Amino acid sequence: MNILLAQHLAALRDALRRLVASPLNTTLSLLVIGIALTLPTAGWVILDNLREVTRGASNVQQISIFLALDAGKRDIGEIESRLRDAKAGTWRFIARDEALKRLQSTEGMAEVVASLPKNPLPDAFVVEPSDAQPETLERLAKTFAGWPKVAHVQLDSAWVKRFDAFLRIGKLVVTLLAGLFASALVAVTFNTIRLQILAQYAEIEVTKLIGATDAFIRRPFHYFGALQGALGGLLAALLVAAGVRLLAVPVADLAALYGGSFSLHGLSLKHTAMLAMAGALLGWLGAQISVAIHLRRIG
Amino acid sequence: MISASALTKRYPEGRAALKNVSFEISAGEMVFITGHSGAGKSTLFKLLAAIERPTSGSIVVNGQNLAALRRSAIPYLRRNFGLIFQDQKLLFDRSVLDNVLLPLAIIGLPSREAVRRARAALDKVGLLERENARPIALSGGEQQRLAIARAVVNRPAILLADEPTANLDAESASDILEIFRAFHQVGVTTVIATHDAEWMSRLAPRILQLEKGQIQNQQSGTASAVMTP
Repeated sequence: MNILLAQHLAALRDALRRLVASPLNTTLSLLVIGIALTLPTAGWVILDNLREVTRGASNVQQISIFLALDAGKRDIGEIESRLRDAKAGTWRFIARDEALKRLQSTEGMAEVVASLPKNPLPDAFVVEPSDAQPETLERLAKTFAGWPKVAHVQLDSAWVKRFDAFLRIGKLVVTLLAGLFASALVAVTFNTIRLQILAQYAEIEVTKLIGATDAFIRRPFHYFGALQGALGGLLAALLVAAGVRLLAVPVADLAALYGGSFSLHGLSLKHTAMLAMAGALLGWLGAQISVAIHLRRIG
Repeated sequence: MISASALTKRYPEGRAALKNVSFEISAGEMVFITGHSGAGKSTLFKLLAAIERPTSGSIVVNGQNLAALRRSAIPYLRRNFGLIFQDQKLLFDRSVLDNVLLPLAIIGLPSREAVRRARAALDKVGLLERENARPIALSGGEQQRLAIARAVVNRPAILLADEPTANLDAESASDILEIFRAFHQVGVTTVIATHDAEWMSRLAPRILQLEKGQIQNQQSGTASAVMTP
């Protein structure tokens, strides 16, 4: 056990030595890996921020229930009790007279309203559902529409649904990108390890001849691939953090123009660690494929 | 310790490098495999070291049949051998000491103990003062001695050498000879493939003479020199 541990440490040292020994190659590989990981990571961060936006928007999601013009007090009471039973969330009753007054106070509408022979507006309920999932809203709207004396139910979730669909596409795109660039990382590591194996052909041949197991020969390459991948992942996290920092102020300004407050958030420490881990795993994989193919040809 | 029976090695191009070769080598023996170049010496060396597998026949070392050995078992088998190659196979990008440390790193010896042993091996071949030199700075004879130090640092039971004095002047060859004699005397089974007649007259070892892939002549160790043309 101690021997194995010592050999792993030696392999790690060897891998580090190789990384440091050729700074130009290392820098170039890290840049390629870092940039390859930056694109999907940046996409993910953008999606994550957008999701935040809808989360804020969903809170003011409303369903309007317009009653029939001939609905009386009893019908209104019936709807109220049903809403209470349905536990749909909070609601507000807007009487038709009140609605008319509001319309009158809207600029330019006073004259239009005055010209009307009678109040054309119905009584209405505005429901703010506690659960703002698009599916829930849809279901509630259907239920409301089936109630007596309900003339029309209006659900303002169309844009939420569109946005949700957009996010889903975004997620798919980011996943595809991640897959693509993950393959790139594997390919870059594969090639780096291939070049190393070629450069160390003599050493590998001799070590094999004097009794090294395949695991012994592979170990430094595995460590090299994993280290390079992990460092590439950290570089990607750094690039994304820099991007978020650059964009933070303009985005806040933009949000202010729309009367909201929104601050861009970057990668958490946990996500940075996960990114480095993913890089390490992919690097390890590239190294594994490379040694499996190239070491078979030696001895 | 080593037993070959009906050993045949045929290369893809059809030429049989070894034909129906059988012999036994007991522990502690010193055996020279001789013959012209192309007689099959190097092929036999490669079969003994499990670098190549026989086409047919069996070759048993320490109770393991190399012809049927799993690939993953080969490294452990090789650790019983000290291998000395015709082209030495030294690593020129590291120091003399690091070359000798390589087999010990493979078995995972702690570094302090490894350095101690590597220095002892270098001392035996007279290269202790050159431990920090690069192999490229060594003479041909010194490089061969370094190869021997690397082969014996593991304290192998069997020393296998392929043409260890090729390309060496008489004096260097004589040094190498003495080193092999010393290892043989402490009980190491020593098998040397060589076409160098000079050796045999000096050490009077047992001789397996190969010709066209077959054993032509077997001489026991006490016999006087057999001169090969």
